[in-house]
Parts: sequence; C-alpha cells; structure tokens
Amino acid sequence: MKFSESWLREWVNPEVTTEKLLEQLTMAGLEVDGVEAAAPAFEKVVVAEVISVEPHPDADRLRVTRVEAGEEEPLTIVTNVADIAVGEKIAVAKVGCVLPDGMKIKKAKLRGVPSFGMFCSMGTLGLMEESESLERLPSEAPVGVSIRDYMALDDQVIEVDLTPNRGDCLSISGVAREVGVMNSASVKSVEFEPVIASSERTFPVYIENAAGCPRYLSRVIEGVNPRADSPLWMQERLRRAGMRSLGPLVDVTNYVMLELGQPMHAFDLAKLSGAITVRNAVAGESLTLLDGKEIELNRETLLVTDEKGPLALAGIMGGESSGIEEETTDLFLECAFFAPLSIAGKARSYGLHTDSSHRFERGVDSQLQLLAIERATQLLIDIVGGSAGPVEEAVNPETLPSANRINLRSERLERILGLSLDPAWVAETLQGLGLSLETNAEGWQVVSPSWRFDLAIEADLIEEVGRIYGYDQLPSTHPQLSAEIRKNPEAITPLQQLRQTLVDQGYREVITYSFVDPKLQQIMDPQHEALALENPISSDLSVMRTSLWPGLIQSMEFNSKRQQSQIRLFETGLRFVPEADGLKQQRMVAGLLYGEIEPEQWSVTSRSVDFFDMKGDLELLLEKGDKVQFVAASHPVLHPGKSAQIKMGATVLGWAGAIHPAIAAQLSLPKNIFLFELDLQQLQERMIPAFNPLSKFPMIRRDLAILLNRNILSQEVLDTAEASIDQKILRGVRLFDLYQGDNLKEDEKSLAFGIFLQHDERTLTDDEVEAVIVQVVENLEQQHGAKLRI
Amino acid sequence: MTTELKTLVAEAEAAIEQAVDLSALDQVRVGILGKKGALTAILKTLGGMEPEERKETGAAVNRAKQALQQKIEEKRAALEGAALNEQLSNETIDVTLPGRTRHQGSIHPVTHTLERIEELFRRVGFEVAEGPEVEDDYHNFEALNIPEHHPARAMHDTFYFADGRVLRTHTSPVQVRVMESKQPPLRVIAPGRVYRCDSDLTHTPMFHQVEGLIVDESVSFADLKGLLHDFLRSFFEQDDLQLRFRPSYFPFTEPSAEVDIECVMCGGKGCRVCSHTGWLEVLGCGMVHPEVFHHSNVDTEKYTGLAFGLGVERLAMLRYGINDLRLFFENDLRFLKNFA
Repeated sequence: MKFSESWLREWVNPEVTTEKLLEQLTMAGLEVDGVEAAAPAFEKVVVAEVISVEPHPDADRLRVTRVEAGEEEPLTIVTNVADIAVGEKIAVAKVGCVLPDGMKIKKAKLRGVPSFGMFCSMGTLGLMEESESLERLPSEAPVGVSIRDYMALDDQVIEVDLTPNRGDCLSISGVAREVGVMNSASVKSVEFEPVIASSERTFPVYIENAAGCPRYLSRVIEGVNPRADSPLWMQERLRRAGMRSLGPLVDVTNYVMLELGQPMHAFDLAKLSGAITVRNAVAGESLTLLDGKEIELNRETLLVTDEKGPLALAGIMGGESSGIEEETTDLFLECAFFAPLSIAGKARSYGLHTDSSHRFERGVDSQLQLLAIERATQLLIDIVGGSAGPVEEAVNPETLPSANRINLRSERLERILGLSLDPAWVAETLQGLGLSLETNAEGWQVVSPSWRFDLAIEADLIEEVGRIYGYDQLPSTHPQLSAEIRKNPEAITPLQQLRQTLVDQGYREVITYSFVDPKLQQIMDPQHEALALENPISSDLSVMRTSLWPGLIQSMEFNSKRQQSQIRLFETGLRFVPEADGLKQQRMVAGLLYGEIEPEQWSVTSRSVDFFDMKGDLELLLEKGDKVQFVAASHPVLHPGKSAQIKMGATVLGWAGAIHPAIAAQLSLPKNIFLFELDLQQLQERMIPAFNPLSKFPMIRRDLAILLNRNILSQEVLDTAEASIDQKILRGVRLFDLYQGDNLKEDEKSLAFGIFLQHDERTLTDDEVEAVIVQVVENLEQQHGAKLRI
Repeated sequence: MTTELKTLVAEAEAAIEQAVDLSALDQVRVGILGKKGALTAILKTLGGMEPEERKETGAAVNRAKQALQQKIEEKRAALEGAALNEQLSNETIDVTLPGRTRHQGSIHPVTHTLERIEELFRRVGFEVAEGPEVEDDYHNFEALNIPEHHPARAMHDTFYFADGRVLRTHTSPVQVRVMESKQPPLRVIAPGRVYRCDSDLTHTPMFHQVEGLIVDESVSFADLKGLLHDFLRSFFEQDDLQLRFRPSYFPFTEPSAEVDIECVMCGGKGCRVCSHTGWLEVLGCGMVHPEVFHHSNVDTEKYTGLAFGLGVERLAMLRYGINDLRLFFENDLRFLKNFA
C-alpha cells in the first residue's frame, strides 16, 4: 500500500514529524517499506498564463509567446508547442531553473528571438510519464505561484508492507484510523452527502450465489462527458499511490478504492444486455479480460454476467467486451461486497493479482458499499457530469458477515502481556479502533467492526491492546524454568561428535540441495525412482535425492573446476527413498574422498588415497569395534572389486567403495573417487562401555605367516584364526603384513599376523600356547588351504 | 728435580696440548702415565737410589704426575666440549621449515551456527526435536491455522508433490508434531532445512530455520521478549544489542511480532546491509494461537505458549560478515576453509 503523506494528513494530522509518523506506523504493525520524495528536486517552476501568441518571424515551427508568470513584466518564451493558446495556464521553468534531468534554463535566443523560460510538461518535471501533449493547468491555478506549492509536491510517498490480516489498512481511511488511535488525534469522518438521483434509470441485478456475493450495489449514470480529464489533484494522488491516470471513469473508481478501500467496477451500460447475474461459472465458459487475455473459467469462479455470458471475474478483473471506452457515455457502476472466501486464491489460480482481488481476498468492509458508491457518484458528476439514477441494492442479509462478539478478560490480558493495564485506557483504545464494548464482570464484551476480519477471538484483542500500547513498552522477563533433569541417552552418539570425527580426518562439511538433477540422480542411484517435485525451481533441481552422493559429486565437480585437487567432503541430511510402504525419509551421512593422502609438502612422499584410507576413517567413525564388518558386495555405482557393504550383524549400515569406472567415465570424472554413505541413526547407536577386569598375567604374542590363494579374503582368515582359539584366552589377532609378488606363485599371497593370548588367572605355559598355534595352523590349512610359511 | 724429569714433563705437556682428539690424548696419557709410560719408568728406577735421593726424586715425580694428570683432565674436558659442540652443530635443523601437515577439515558455517543456537537453548532446558522435510498439508498449513486459500499461503511459495504433500516451508510443523506426541510443559527447539520456491540474489530454494516453542502454565509475551533478548545478545555476544519488537502477523501466533536488531554491521547508523534503516529483521515470533492448540488438543485455558522462528543463514551472514547467501550452498572449498 502506497500513499502520500499529505493525503493521509488530510484525514488525520497529529503533531508529529514525518519521521515519527513512519516509526509509529512500523511499530503499529504497518511496516514502512520505503519513503521517497513525491517529486524530484527543482525550483523556479511556476504557474504561468499565456497572454499572447505570435508566429516566429523566421521559423514556421516556433511561436513567440508572452506569459504572465508573477514577474513585474510578462516573460517572452519561444516555444515549439503548436497548439498553444492565449488564456491557457501552463507550468513554466524560469531562467535559473535546473530541471530534474539536469537541463539548465538560461536566457537564450531562438532563431534571433530572445526567450526567458520554457513550458514544462509533467514528464519534464519528473512527475509523470512523458506524454505527447503538454499538460494545461486548471484555469483556477494561481498565476506566479510555485508549481511545488500549487501541486503540493513537497510531500513524501510512503509505502507500507501490510500483513494479510490487515486488509482494513488498504485505504487512506484505514491507515488514518490507526494513526488517530496512536496519537489520540481526531480522524476525518467518513461521511458524504448522498447524490440525489436525477433519473429513474436502473439496470436489474440478480444474485445467484449469495454466499459469494452478499451485497451488490449498482447505479446507472447517463450522459457523462467522455472527453473530460481527471483533475490534476486526483491524478497526483493516484500517481503518488503508484497508479497511472487512465481517464476519469477509471480514475474515480481507483481513487475511491484508495480512499475508502472499496474496489468498484464501471461497465459500459450500452454493452450490457438483459440483467446482471452474479453466479458461478459453468463448465466451458470463457472470458476475455480487460488486459486482452482469454481465460477458461472453472466452476469455482464467481462471475458477474449478463444474458450473453460472463462480463467480469467478480472482485478480480473486468472483461474486455463490457469495459468503458473513450466513447462511453452511460455507466453501470458496481459496488459490491464479495465474500473473502469466494475470491481467495481465485486470482492466483488464473495467474492474476489485482488491487481489487488483493482487497477482497483480505476482506472489504461489508458496510462500506453505500458510502463508496455515493462518494464515487459525486466525484464522477463533478468531473464528467451526467445524471445519476438511484442506488440499487441487491442484498442477502443472512450471508453478510456478522459482527463477532468477543469476551476480553482482564485477567487473561494481564497473563498474556505480562502486565496490568488501566481498564479505562484499554476501553478507550479499543473504541478508538472502532470496536464497541460493554464492561462485564471479567472485563469487557467487545463487538468487532465490519472492517476488521481479523478480530475473532480474545487473543486477537490482546494483540490489539499490546500493539497500541507498544510492544517496546511491554515488560521483558525470563521464562521460569523447572529444574527437571531430562533424559540424555548415553547409547546415542551426538551427531556433533560424529561430524567432528570426520572433520578431524580432514573432511569438510558441505550442505547441498535436497533436490537434484534427475539425470545425475538416475546415474547415481539407478535402483530407485526419485520423488519428483510438481513445481521445481528449475529442471536440474527437480527430484528429491535418494542418496547424498549426487550432491557430493556436484560439489566435487564445482571445486575441481576451481583448481582444487584435494577433495574430502561429507554431508549429513535426509535422503528420500520411495518404498512400497511409503516414502522413507532417512538421515544419512555420506562422504567423498579424492586426491592425495597428504597435502603437498617437502618431507612426505605422497600417494593417491585408496579404499583403505576411507575404510580407516570409517572405522574411527563407526566406533563399534569388531562388531562392524565390511562385506565385499557389489553396488551399481561402485567398482565391483572395490566396494563393501557395511554391516553390523544382519543390519546394513551403508556402503563404501570406489566409484565405478564406467560411471566416472560417463560423468567425465577421475576414477579414483571414493564414496561412502551410512545410516545416521544406526551409526549413532553405540554400546555403553562395560569394563572387563584387567589380567595380572603376561600377554603372549605369537606371529604366524601363511601362504594361501590370493582370492581368499583376509577377514575370513582372521575369523577362522579367532574361532580356533578359546575366547577366554584370546585377546586379539592383528594382521601386520600382506605380500604378493616376487618369490610367490601368481595366485598366492602371504599373510602375517600376530596372535595375542592371555589368561585371567595364571600365566600361560609354552605347551598351552603351542597347542593353540597348532590348532590355528591346522584349521587354516583345512579351511583355506593355507600353508605355514617357513 | 732431574733434568731428565724436567724434559719429560715439558715434552708431555706439549704432547697433551697438541692432542687433537680424545684418543690422541689417551695415547699421550698411556705414553707418560701408563704401566709402560715414561713417568712410570722413572718411578721404577727409585728402588736403586739412595734414600735421600729416592725421597727427593719420588716427591718430584709424584708432583709431575699430579700436574700432568690435571693437564690431561683439563684437556679431556676441552676436547669433550668441542666434540659435543661439533655434534650439536652437525645435528642442527632448519626449524623454519613447515611442519608436517595433514588435510584440514571444517564444519559448514550453517551447521556451526545451528550448533551454537542449539547450545544456547539447551542450556536453559530446551530439547531438540526433528521432523520430516516432505510434510503433509495438515502439519505444514492446516494445523498451523493456515487453511486452504488463506492469503498467507501465497507468502510461502510452496514446493508441491503430485500427492498433495509439500516440502515443509518452515520448521513450525515440528511444533505440531511435538504437541501431538508429548504433554506440556514443553520446551523445544526444532532446527532444520526448509524450502521455498524462490531463487534470486537474496533467496535460495532451500535454507535453514530454528523453531522454538515453550508451552507451560504461565508463559507470557514478556517471557518471549526476555528469552529473545537473551538469545540474540548471547548469539552476537553483544550485551547492549538493541532490539525492537514490531507487531506482525503469522496465522499460528497471536499476538505476533517480528524482531529487529540494531544493525550489527553499522551499529544502527544505517548502511547498505540494513537498507539504511539501522535495523535488521532477524526473526518472527508470538504467542501460540489458540487454534493451533485446539488442533493438538492442548487446553488453552490451562496453558499458554510462545513460539519463534529464525533464519539460520541470516544470522550466520550477520555473525561472520558473509555477503552472499548463495555461497552457503555452492560449497566452494575456498569459502568452507574460512570456518575451519
């Protein structure tokens, strides 16, 4: 909502500065979004009257005029304005004036004739768009007076950003009411003399959808002058409210809308047939709007129609065929109350948003129509003449909104706001906002005014009181805290700690969009059909990720393009996996590892990262010791020989591996990218430590080196070794060497591991240890064909 | 003392002096004082001397022996010192060479900011709650008193799915889910990702919010003011940070307010960041709307509630002077490195 300060001050004029006024508006909840001068800076432009016009002796296209501009002598001005005539009043920039575009007016000779000024259009003064003809000022404009004073240009244009509940402030009168209450200042009363009908002419109106249109006022005005201009003051107010002047018929309806908040529509009476019916659209109907756009109507849409069909989208926009034109002389003026619910969302469903729909959606005062139509009629007759018929009202009192009766308890008011207020002040404030009230035992019974659709319950009134009292004046206290100790399960690792573990391993956290490019999504997770957005922001952000890998891959690409070659990333967040029993929104942690194991430096011979670097990082993260297993398994996105499923018992925690070379090639990525993704919830579950008493007896270590087929997994070998030993004395088996190559057969490898044994109650004897080792060797030989290496 | 002895001592002294290292010195020592040494040889001749001469010569030899022993010790100390100095000198490294480094990791500034916010609220007994990001219409709108066709829906720029579900437009639905599953008193914050179908210089289609909720028997607007004062002053670590509460509108709170802080970039004098107003809007808040309580079966006569919602990126930008929202989701390593 944009309006000029001077217009507001005509309605309510508290003794506060502009700055204070703006602050008051903001602090009342009408947030001031911007303030700008109503006109650019310029001086020495005055109202002047043309007293003579002569042809230029040496130039056909020029005229030599003399104008009265408040100086001792009339000024001579040479101009190219062809139709200039004696008696016209025009804005003149005198010598010394600097126009908004920077042009300086100097004494000049035009083809030999001296000139002492320039006629100025409103465009030249930066007030309106440049028009083809030079605007003439009204005949009553006082000669010699500065145009700034005459047009009250030393004014501010104020823009307030209104919340959707404050439809009542979408007018000067509404804003004035607020300012009045805040300053205890009197506000101009909203009353206008009715225009006595000078004709009998009416046009019939029927309401079919009474819920959508509780009230429809109409009036016929015949014989208006279609050539008349809107008065300058009206054009200026419209301009300062951000509206263009479109001729007096439209200007007046806009003006009344801005002044009182009532949208109106003027139809060309000559184009209406039969009668007006307000009804919903029927299937197959369409309408060409004022802006030339044709729309197919749906049955939810409330229409103003005549016998031939739809005329207008009720409360939103008129149709092209029934609109007023330059030749229109007879008007049918509509001034209706359309119910907010019948308009809400409709304009948007047709891709429209108009000043009218904006107001009706939020709620127009249901008692305002008569006042508004009288006001508009008076303005029209003053400007374009004509004779008005009587105001016709079609109304369904049952469907008109009823005033809300609300109890406001002083105890509740105090409890919510946290302070006790003077009851007299509360009553005065509510009355100032137009509420009527009666005192009762608990406080007040309040009746909300017809313009306040947002006042329905006690809390709404508490806000009103708090708002006018001033939120800043309300007390500030600390909420009382009961010293209850809440649960904090130790068996859940805090996410923060998991993140820190990865950070300590050199990973940088990224946050990528939850929606990704469907092509990349399909490549990175061909097993799932991703959930698609109906209205994505762009096609490359249109499906919900089923894995965190696409985002990591994109972040890697982004950084690779910026000369980064060492990339370690991780992300935590939801993935969205459609499953048979519904969408699974699963918290995951995923990472990407690429580049050198260490940063480039003088004393370390570096190498590329490999699977075991990532596995080591994950083992730190998993923190579950021996219970977690990396099981060789294949995944469509991972290298079949370098990928593992991470399991704990039968539960799959996630996957880790090198990117599949074919996918790397398809995405033009390097091959040695390593990826992991783990279920966060599983990851966060941990064991609460359980202490085992420490043995006082020495630990024995025996090392074994064995030869076996290289395809046998080391984990299986270690599992066999462990299973061969009495768990009471087994303290661990640690692989310390792997060898394959020279001196071994091509299909052979050598594994070396240490076996750690210890008894809780005594020292193990050599014989006992020897027996264990023999058993291990025997089992390895039987189960894996392993030979002891000598 | 005999001439012979004198000569011997003089020669020995010269030899000690000339010894270049410990082994040379040892050779000198053995040559003079060893079992076959020159001085030992003289001692061996004492037996054949007259008692008077023997006494005299014996004393002289002993004096010479002590003197030479002392010389040798002095020389040994000098040589050992020199050897140590030499070793130290040889072992000297260039301590200005860079240390051996590993890759550095970092927490994303949004996460870091979320963690700081969570920590501040946890300290006063708030629990952290989470909810789904693909949310149903009921929890995202309906239960928050935003019925279909409500003008407030237009402000939300919602992402929709074919089945009518939405990407949550705010973290407020977590409020509803908490109230559905737990009985008051409640003291909860809900951090997380939210989504709006809007993308330009100052909007990204995904961002983060933290929702806060207290439901208790006597929570007031004054408590809301106090809580947010404390929070913002602690977050910015500025005890005199100025705040203002402006009336505003959210369908799920009544009364509602927006909170502005004095611009932390210019100290409220007016700059580009605060559009020359001196104020920055940082969060929205209010008292829980009774309609929201009705949806969750909370007794509105017994309980009152306060709620607030804040934008995490906004706070992170102000705290760390980040001038472009889009940086948060480009994940440029050069940007992330700033938050190690």
